[in-house]
Amino acid sequence: MSLTFSGKVWVFGDDLNTDAMYPAFAMKMDPPEAARHVFYDVRPGWTDEVSPGDVVVAGRNFGVGSSRPVAALFNELGVAGLVAEEFNSLFFRNAVNAGLPAMTLPDATTLFADGDTGTFDLSDGTWRNDTAGKSGSVPRLPDLILDIIAEGGVMPRLAAKGFLPAELGEILRSSTVAMRGEGSGA
Amino acid sequence: MGMTIIEKIFARKAGLDAVGPGDTVVVDIDMTVLIDLQFATMWMEPLKIHDPDKLAIVMDHAVPAPSLKDAAGGPRARKFAAQFGIERFYDVGRHGICHQVIAENGLARPGEVLACTDSHTCAGGAYNTAARGLGPAEVYSIMCTGSTWFQVAPTVRYELDGVMPDSVSGKDVFLHIADAYGDAANLNLEYGGVGLASVPMHDRRTIATQGAEVSADFSTFEPDEVLTAFLDEHGVTGYHSASADSDATYVDVRHVDLAALEPYVAKPGTVSNNGVPVSRLGRQRIDQAFIGSCANGQLEDLAIAANVLRGKSVAPGVRLLVTPASQAVYREAMRRGYLQDIADAGGVVTNSTCGACFGYHMGVVGPGEVCVTSSTRNFTGRMGSTEAEIFMASPATVAASAVAGYITDARSVTA
Repeated sequence: MSLTFSGKVWVFGDDLNTDAMYPAFAMKMDPPEAARHVFYDVRPGWTDEVSPGDVVVAGRNFGVGSSRPVAALFNELGVAGLVAEEFNSLFFRNAVNAGLPAMTLPDATTLFADGDTGTFDLSDGTWRNDTAGKSGSVPRLPDLILDIIAEGGVMPRLAAKGFLPAELGEILRSSTVAMRGEGSGA
Repeated sequence: MGMTIIEKIFARKAGLDAVGPGDTVVVDIDMTVLIDLQFATMWMEPLKIHDPDKLAIVMDHAVPAPSLKDAAGGPRARKFAAQFGIERFYDVGRHGICHQVIAENGLARPGEVLACTDSHTCAGGAYNTAARGLGPAEVYSIMCTGSTWFQVAPTVRYELDGVMPDSVSGKDVFLHIADAYGDAANLNLEYGGVGLASVPMHDRRTIATQGAEVSADFSTFEPDEVLTAFLDEHGVTGYHSASADSDATYVDVRHVDLAALEPYVAKPGTVSNNGVPVSRLGRQRIDQAFIGSCANGQLEDLAIAANVLRGKSVAPGVRLLVTPASQAVYREAMRRGYLQDIADAGGVVTNSTCGACFGYHMGVVGPGEVCVTSSTRNFTGRMGSTEAEIFMASPATVAASAVAGYITDARSVTA
């Protein structure tokens, strides 16, 4: 996976919890169908509008709640990366472990508006609002975390280290397969 | 420089002299717990795992299986446990909600690190354990490698002062704190102080469990004689507890006067900055009352409920559901007559499972309904319909509300 992502941004608010993105009824579905219910109540119909390569921008306390693997649903939808003013740390780790780039950017929801094009580079911490012509940088994440994202999350790494059949390595970079393999959480 | 409890445990486990906020550490995990949901999808069997003695499997979220998908997970879990020689396999019948099973079996040990695939794993902080809920991929990874990384967060210290009144429980303490201070994302919570001695272990577990609701990383209690007595009862030996240094650095120190607290309720949506003393809520009717979950399905919680309900009846039109946190809790509550009291009052006692707490099976609430729950989470849609309202309160308040038909605290129905 790339540490750089660029695309049309969708701006959401504060305190978006895991149940708003991955409700209990969707946990009974296979990942492709479950992904169709992300933000089912806070922004009905969004999963029909979002396109592969788009970026989700959120406010404070993004992802409070469950351990259920919401990041894998964003991968399923083709979301290129997550940006938030503040992440719940469990939710942030789930993104890293699913190989989904995530950047903490204070004031992200005022720096970006719905439909802007944003470019984000975790390798040096820089961001740019291509529509508004604004740019800046945030502290770079530790190499240890960047390496996990760059390698597509923890599951491909486990295959590379011999914990899973080596031939699965490439397939596991497909988040859907990885998610099914590791199971679900709560 | 002094260290907080979490910093001290991390330093020990990472083999470092000291760690502080902002550090990224790689630590060995002492115990890793998998849950049933991990096996319900297309579980991929690993070629090797780190250490079967540092692994446990608990069947809890969806048992007995409410769907074919969940039913498919059971055999995978059994096969995996047998193949890899995992002795700590808590299958249906000796199962329970993972955090209760962890406590009963001494899997959360003072000064050690515990990882589990459920966000309320911070429950283990009651036992002075650095316990974290992690995602399924990460727990799978730890199962294989035996270690993971943490970014050390700053710590907030709660100094508990005074003596907790009988009418107040750990739930009320937590709901007060969540209302007063709000979210704690990317912060650790640490509890101690002279008032801690008046907070029993089951109340500490409730408080530690609910750290996830304010988005905290770890929530950990100081070790003391009350904890030692609990561990002795459960046969836990050979541990090295971790106390905060007197010169530890905190991002904030907050005093809570336990003696001044009264029963609290959180209004629907979130517990953060959204609570009110029950006495000031006004008359709020209810359709369902739920006592259960890792936070409040403990034996003591069922005793409290039974005491409120004994000789009384659940109000017409109200459903009271009671879910013991484990099969062991269920059996002991039955032996002591608590389940009889609850059922005689018109309550429905269910098998042990996470069930209604996460709106997955048994006790799902419909549009327009109001539930008062002692469980862990009151997000919109958490227990079913997004058009249902979920209030959160202590087991005593929930039991009293079931009798009254509206939210009220136990002081109004016990006499």
